[in-house]
Amino acid sequence: MSHDHDHDNELDPFAARVRALETILTRKGLIDPAAIDVIVDTYETKIGPRNGARVVAKAWSDPAFADWLKRDATAAIESLSYTGRQGEHMQAVFNTEETHNLVVCTLCSCYPWSVLGLPPVWYKAPPYRSRAVIDPRGVLEEFGLTLPAATRIRVWDSTAELRYLVVPIRPAGTEGWSEERLAELVSRDAMIGTALAREPA
Amino acid sequence: MNGPQDLGGQMGFGPVAPEKDEPYFHADWERRALGVTLCAGAMGAWNIDESRHARESLHPADYYSSSYYQIWIKALETLLKRHGFVSERDLGAGDAIDAAATPKRVLQAENVPAVLAKGGPCDRPMAEPARFKAGDPVRTKNFNPTGHTRLPRYARGKRGKIEAVRDGFVFPDSNAHGQGENPQWVYTVVFDGTEIWGEGADPTLVVSIDAWESYLEPA
Repeated sequence: MSHDHDHDNELDPFAARVRALETILTRKGLIDPAAIDVIVDTYETKIGPRNGARVVAKAWSDPAFADWLKRDATAAIESLSYTGRQGEHMQAVFNTEETHNLVVCTLCSCYPWSVLGLPPVWYKAPPYRSRAVIDPRGVLEEFGLTLPAATRIRVWDSTAELRYLVVPIRPAGTEGWSEERLAELVSRDAMIGTALAREPA
Repeated sequence: MNGPQDLGGQMGFGPVAPEKDEPYFHADWERRALGVTLCAGAMGAWNIDESRHARESLHPADYYSSSYYQIWIKALETLLKRHGFVSERDLGAGDAIDAAATPKRVLQAENVPAVLAKGGPCDRPMAEPARFKAGDPVRTKNFNPTGHTRLPRYARGKRGKIEAVRDGFVFPDSNAHGQGENPQWVYTVVFDGTEIWGEGADPTLVVSIDAWESYLEPA
């Protein structure tokens, strides 16, 4: 049995497969590896749920913006410079005391990248995609969220090119807070609908 | 197609198991997989519908045992072969052996910010007015196409209501197969949970889908 300690052979098989594909495409001049670096850096450091949290905080603070976000989320969000891939067509859905909104993509993993960044693994995986539409309360329990029995649950299955952003209810006790401070209360999960906004400490 | 991707209402996959403070990537190869997939898509040889269809065309056993980036890469290999950019010999050797088709463009690093910011809008101007209006009762078609579709099985043959008329959008069922964009009006259609899931359904549940006009009939 041979023991080759070449670095490539220490990669797991799938890592080696991706590396081989990148090598082939690079040598054929079809991709620029430096472009991959820029893409990764963009989604790892520049685009993430802080974008969406700022949208929500502004909607909480500015009724005119909230109204615009309700009517034309794509334009309202673009006014904050959050545009781009997988956010070309946006809809904002507002939680109320009567209705809680939850977003899923049962057919793939459609997600509003421009305001939430890359989706978490659970959002893309079969357990969430299969159950969110049939047993949303059971799913929410797994996130530690128990809704009142009378609350209506609206599940949005992103089957087309519209991408959904949930606007959670503004927590009590935050009167007069700056948008910056409010944004700290808005988690990624609250904008998917698997959590509520954090209560002020 | 009634493929492994059509997950709504399936059972037996276990708990959701969200990871606390989950990182964007769980291995370095996932970073490269994201970048390679986006760069290859930027060559302009296929559209998002064809790439979704390539992913859902994996064998179900393969689809369910693969992570999402693994699904992306497996489908990407299919697309690259189909469009003449890589060959089985290339993949077997892990090296560029055969000549490649000419891409429409190659995404260079300096153009990435502009390309990502622009995205790929799928709305299209419509010559015909929308057939339905908000409030109209509708029934979704019952069909089982062997090609790509965005009408999930759980929402076929169900009575719902038009909640909103959206825009004209590229029709994935034809666009995925190189049969043109054929844009149609898209509607948000709401269904009572009991209409979809029947006995034992959560009475507080309302589910909506975004449906292309040809998926709908007046009810």
